[in-house]
Amino acid sequence: MPINRIQKKRSNMTDKKFTWTQKHLLGLENLSAQEITHILDTAESFKEISTRNIKKVPTLRGKVVVNMFVEPSTRTKMSFSLAAKRLSADIVDFSPSTSSLSKGETLKDTARNIEAMGIDIAIIRHTAPGTPHMLSRIIDASVINAGDGAHEHPTQGLLDIFTMREQKGRIKGLKVAVVGDIMHSRVARSNIWGLTKLGAEVIAVGPPTLIPQEIQDMGVKIAYDIDKVIPEVDVINILRIQLERQRSKFFPTVREYARLFGINSERLKRAKKDVMIMHPGPINRGVEITPDVADGTHSVILRQVTNGLSVRMAVLYLVSGQPKAEEIE
Amino acid sequence: MPKDKRLLSQRSRNPAKSGINSVPIISGPDIDQTLVRIAGDIISCHASSKEKDSLVLIGIHRRGVPLAKRLKAIIGKKIKRELPLGTLDITLYRDDLDTVGHLPIVKNTDIPVDLTDKSVVLVDDVLFTGRTIRSALNELAEFGRTRRIQLAVLIDRGHRELPICADYVGKTVQTKSDEIIMVRLKETDGTDEVIIANKPHSKEAK
Repeated sequence: MPINRIQKKRSNMTDKKFTWTQKHLLGLENLSAQEITHILDTAESFKEISTRNIKKVPTLRGKVVVNMFVEPSTRTKMSFSLAAKRLSADIVDFSPSTSSLSKGETLKDTARNIEAMGIDIAIIRHTAPGTPHMLSRIIDASVINAGDGAHEHPTQGLLDIFTMREQKGRIKGLKVAVVGDIMHSRVARSNIWGLTKLGAEVIAVGPPTLIPQEIQDMGVKIAYDIDKVIPEVDVINILRIQLERQRSKFFPTVREYARLFGINSERLKRAKKDVMIMHPGPINRGVEITPDVADGTHSVILRQVTNGLSVRMAVLYLVSGQPKAEEIE
Repeated sequence: MPKDKRLLSQRSRNPAKSGINSVPIISGPDIDQTLVRIAGDIISCHASSKEKDSLVLIGIHRRGVPLAKRLKAIIGKKIKRELPLGTLDITLYRDDLDTVGHLPIVKNTDIPVDLTDKSVVLVDDVLFTGRTIRSALNELAEFGRTRRIQLAVLIDRGHRELPICADYVGKTVQTKSDEIIMVRLKETDGTDEVIIANKPHSKEAK
């Protein structure tokens, strides 16, 4: 009997119940609940590094990470850069306006050329959904999706879920309202995939023109009246109204949107006492959220940004662990 | 007493069950005794009150952590003060991350005090190649300039690959490099004992 226990323990020592085997992070859709939880747990351990005097560990020393942001970003790009630097990786920024992309080179050629200089991890943001997936098939480096069109933004989804778990102590059974422009939001999609896999209940709230009916197949409830939803939810994740995508008029005016769906302190009076307000940023103050709510006691918006760093460090660490694919000769 | 009985029966059962030849090195009560001795040595090395003030215990994951906790309790009782206790995960400082393939799980590092001018006693279960300790020393340097770092281990099994030695040793054991020393503690494994065993490939012989 005891020896069996010894053997069991020993196998635990080598495989520790679960091993991360993904080379890329392309989205939360193709991850299992166990894999998502593993990223969150790893991020939990990385939190401490940012509290040190010397905020740096040597883990990715000698590894090269390239930031390929073919769409504007401040938060995500900086967060990834900082995360890579805290892990001692070398990070190279690539910006489309000053690159050969503006001379007509295809992304595929650009990526292959960058890879020829010897990179280990490519972080990519692009307006076209599926770009990271395409890239992962043509280059040997690990690919991390930092947002592909309206498809997915996995690290944002992960940091949102991480923050919910940190503040609420659990994900299973949480009621989460995702409010706003679900249709154009990669943040919403990554949130929905992750949260439903971990057993949370997700309610999508917004004007009918901005909520695709298909999301019901992802296990999401749809609501059109924010005031009916507010009293029953634990978390309100507010999406940015993407003014740059509003040319085709999904709602009459921004003011009307603010009146019908904007989260303000009046609306929050009917919310649970410990309701948590989230927003992936950048905020349109006075549109989807009022300043007093954004800066109020329920808001964890800046906490999300801080946690983003730990989550991205965890992701960089995990994808870097892949033994280089031998079969590609 | 019943514990000894269990150990005996275990010894007789082990070879028959699995073909692995495992022999206990330290039994349960002896682990505590060993820790009491190490605690005494740590205290006498920190004789003055000033030195006791600067003492910090840091356990290395996994089994160094419960050992450090026990040392803290024993020392705390003897000198009547609460010692700061930290935990250290050295994964991010390993020198073999490139070759281990799938990466090990990262556990929490928690250093509760600034280590500048502190006298740190690192605690681990087994001292083997010394590479874990090398990693731990590098990591500790990020938390301030310590006055001194010492090392306490339950077992020193030899086969060092780096110039590192322990200041407090529970027991020195002669081993072959392919043997396995297993420290099992109540907190992590449900029971207290130290076992030496052959690598599982002896299964093939069976």
